[in-house]
Amino acid sequence: MNSLVRARRWVGQHLILGLGLLVLAYTFVPIAIVVLMSFNDSSESRNVYKFQEFTLDHWLHPGSWASGMSESVWLSIQIALLATLVATILGTLAAFALVRHRFAGRSAANLIIFLPMASPEIVMGSSLLALFVSSGFGGQLGFWTILIAHIMFCLSFVIVTVKARLSGLDDNLEQAAMDLYATEAQTFWRVTLPLVLPGIVGAALLSFSLSFDDFIITNLNAGQSVTFPMFVWGANQRGVPMEVNVIGTAMFLISIAIVLAAEVARRRQSKALAA
Amino acid sequence: MTSTAGVPPVSTHDTTAVKPRGRKLTGYWLILPGAIWLGLFFVIPFYSLVSASLYDPAGSVLTGYEMTWHVANFADAIGQYKVQIGRSLLYAGSATALCLVIGYVLAYAIAFKSGRWKNLMLVLVIAPFFTSFLLRTLSWKLILADDGWVVDTAQALHLTNVLNLIGLTSTDDRLLATPFAVIAGLTYNFLPFMVLPLYASLEKVDIRLIEASSDLYASPIRGFFKVTFPLSLPGVVAGTLLTFIPAAGDYINAELLGDTNTRMVGNVIQNLFTAQGDYAAAGALSVTLMVIIVGAVLVYVRTAGTEELV
Repeated sequence: MNSLVRARRWVGQHLILGLGLLVLAYTFVPIAIVVLMSFNDSSESRNVYKFQEFTLDHWLHPGSWASGMSESVWLSIQIALLATLVATILGTLAAFALVRHRFAGRSAANLIIFLPMASPEIVMGSSLLALFVSSGFGGQLGFWTILIAHIMFCLSFVIVTVKARLSGLDDNLEQAAMDLYATEAQTFWRVTLPLVLPGIVGAALLSFSLSFDDFIITNLNAGQSVTFPMFVWGANQRGVPMEVNVIGTAMFLISIAIVLAAEVARRRQSKALAA
Repeated sequence: MTSTAGVPPVSTHDTTAVKPRGRKLTGYWLILPGAIWLGLFFVIPFYSLVSASLYDPAGSVLTGYEMTWHVANFADAIGQYKVQIGRSLLYAGSATALCLVIGYVLAYAIAFKSGRWKNLMLVLVIAPFFTSFLLRTLSWKLILADDGWVVDTAQALHLTNVLNLIGLTSTDDRLLATPFAVIAGLTYNFLPFMVLPLYASLEKVDIRLIEASSDLYASPIRGFFKVTFPLSLPGVVAGTLLTFIPAAGDYINAELLGDTNTRMVGNVIQNLFTAQGDYAAAGALSVTLMVIIVGAVLVYVRTAGTEELV
C-alpha cells in the first residue's frame, strides 16, 4: 500500500518531465530517419521513399552522387560563408549602436530589425523579386541576388543575438579597465570584444545554418542557380536520391560538434576563472 | 523563416539602460551599413511588391509591365484563390494550437522540472534546426507512408476513422497526402518557435507565487490556470505569432506532405511568380497575405492585452 502511494507520488512528480522528454523525442524522430536514410541503398526503386538495403556508398563515394548535387552543396556553402561574413560584421556594428549609443530613431530601427523575423518568407521573397525585376535585374537573378537576400534575412538574427549578449554584459569590467588607464581602444579590443565574442560566434553559426537551409526566399530569387535545398526540392519531383541525407546528417553532426566544443570551452574557462 | 535557432524573441523596447558613450554621431555610423541594407532590400521591396500588385495584368515578364493602378487585381486574386487563403489560415491556426499545447508541456518541463539538465534540453529544442528543413519534412513522408506502422497503429485504434469523420483525411487507410499530414508537418516544423518564447516567459515566473497559491488551498490545476498560465501570457502571445506567421506563408509542407487539395496560398504565390510569371496576380496575393496577417496580429495582440509586443 505504502509503495503504491509512493509510486503514485513519483509519477505525479515526474509526469511533466516525462511528457516533455517525449515531446523532445518526437522532434528527433525525423532526424533519426535522415541519418538512417543516409545508409539506404535505394537503387532497387528510386520512387519509394523507404529503407531498402544498408550501404556505405553514399558516405564513401561522393563521386557517385546524383549529378548536380555536389555543385549545389558547393554553391550553398559559398553563399552561406559570404552571407555569414557580411551579416555578422554589419549586424555586430548595428548591435553596438543599439545597445551603446542613444540616437534619434532607435526604436524605429528596433522595429525594422524585428520585422524580417516576423514576416512570412514568401512575402519577403516575392518583394525582393518584385524589386529585382522592376529595377531591371530580372534577367540577372542568381548568385548575387541570392547573396543579397541571405544577408538581408540573416542580419536581424545577428543583431538580436549580439544585442542580447552585449546588454547582459557587466560594465564594471570595462570601467575597471578604464580606471586602470586603458584607453578607449584598448578597453574595446582587450575587454569588450573578448566578452562579446561568444555572442558574435553564435550569431555567425546561426547565420550560416539559416543561409544554408533557406528555400522559400532563395527559390524565388535564384534564377537558374541551384542551391542544395533547391536541389532537394527538384529531386523530390522525380524521386529523392538517398545521398542528400548524407549532407543532412553531416550538417547535424558538425553543428552538434560545434555546440559541444563551445560548451567544453565555456566550462574550462569558468573553471580557470574560479581557480 | 525556416529557423530561429536559439533566439528568444527580444522586446523591441528593451529596458536595459543605454549609456550615452562616445561622440553623438558614432551610433549613426555604426548602424548605417546595416540600416542601408535593410532599407534597400527589406523596406523598399515592399514598395515594389505593392507596385507590382497594381500592374496591368495584361503585361508579362518579357514585354514588361505597365503601372495602371489596376486595383481589380486584388479582387481577382482574392476571388480566385479564396479557398487557398482560407486553407492557409485554417492549417496555420490548427498547427499553432497544437504547437501551443505540445510546446507548453515541453517549455514547462524545461523551466520547472529539468534541474541541471536545463541547458542540454534547450540545446535539444533547437537541435532539429541543425538538419535541413526539407529533409526533415521528407522524413515525415516515410513516417506517414501508407504501409508504415503509424498508419497501421492509427487504423488499429480507429484513429483513421475519426480523422476521416472530421474531414482531416479523405479515406480510412491513408495519412499521407491529406490535410492531417500537412498540419502535422507544420506543427512539427514550427514547434521550436513556440517552445523558446514560452520557456523565456515561464522562466521569469516567480515560483513563490505558485507556492503561495497552493498554500492558499488552490489545487495544482487551479493554481496553473489562475497563476502560472496568466503569468506566461507574453510568451504565449509571442510564441503563437512566431508560429502562425511562418506557418501561414509556408508551402513546403503542403507540397511535400499534401496533394492538390491541400494547396496553400504560398504554393499559389510561388507558382504564379516562377512558373506562370504572372507578377500582377502574385503581387496582389502576396500583399493580401501580408495585410491579413498584420490585421490578425493587431486584433490578436489587442485581445490578448499584453503590453509586450514580442
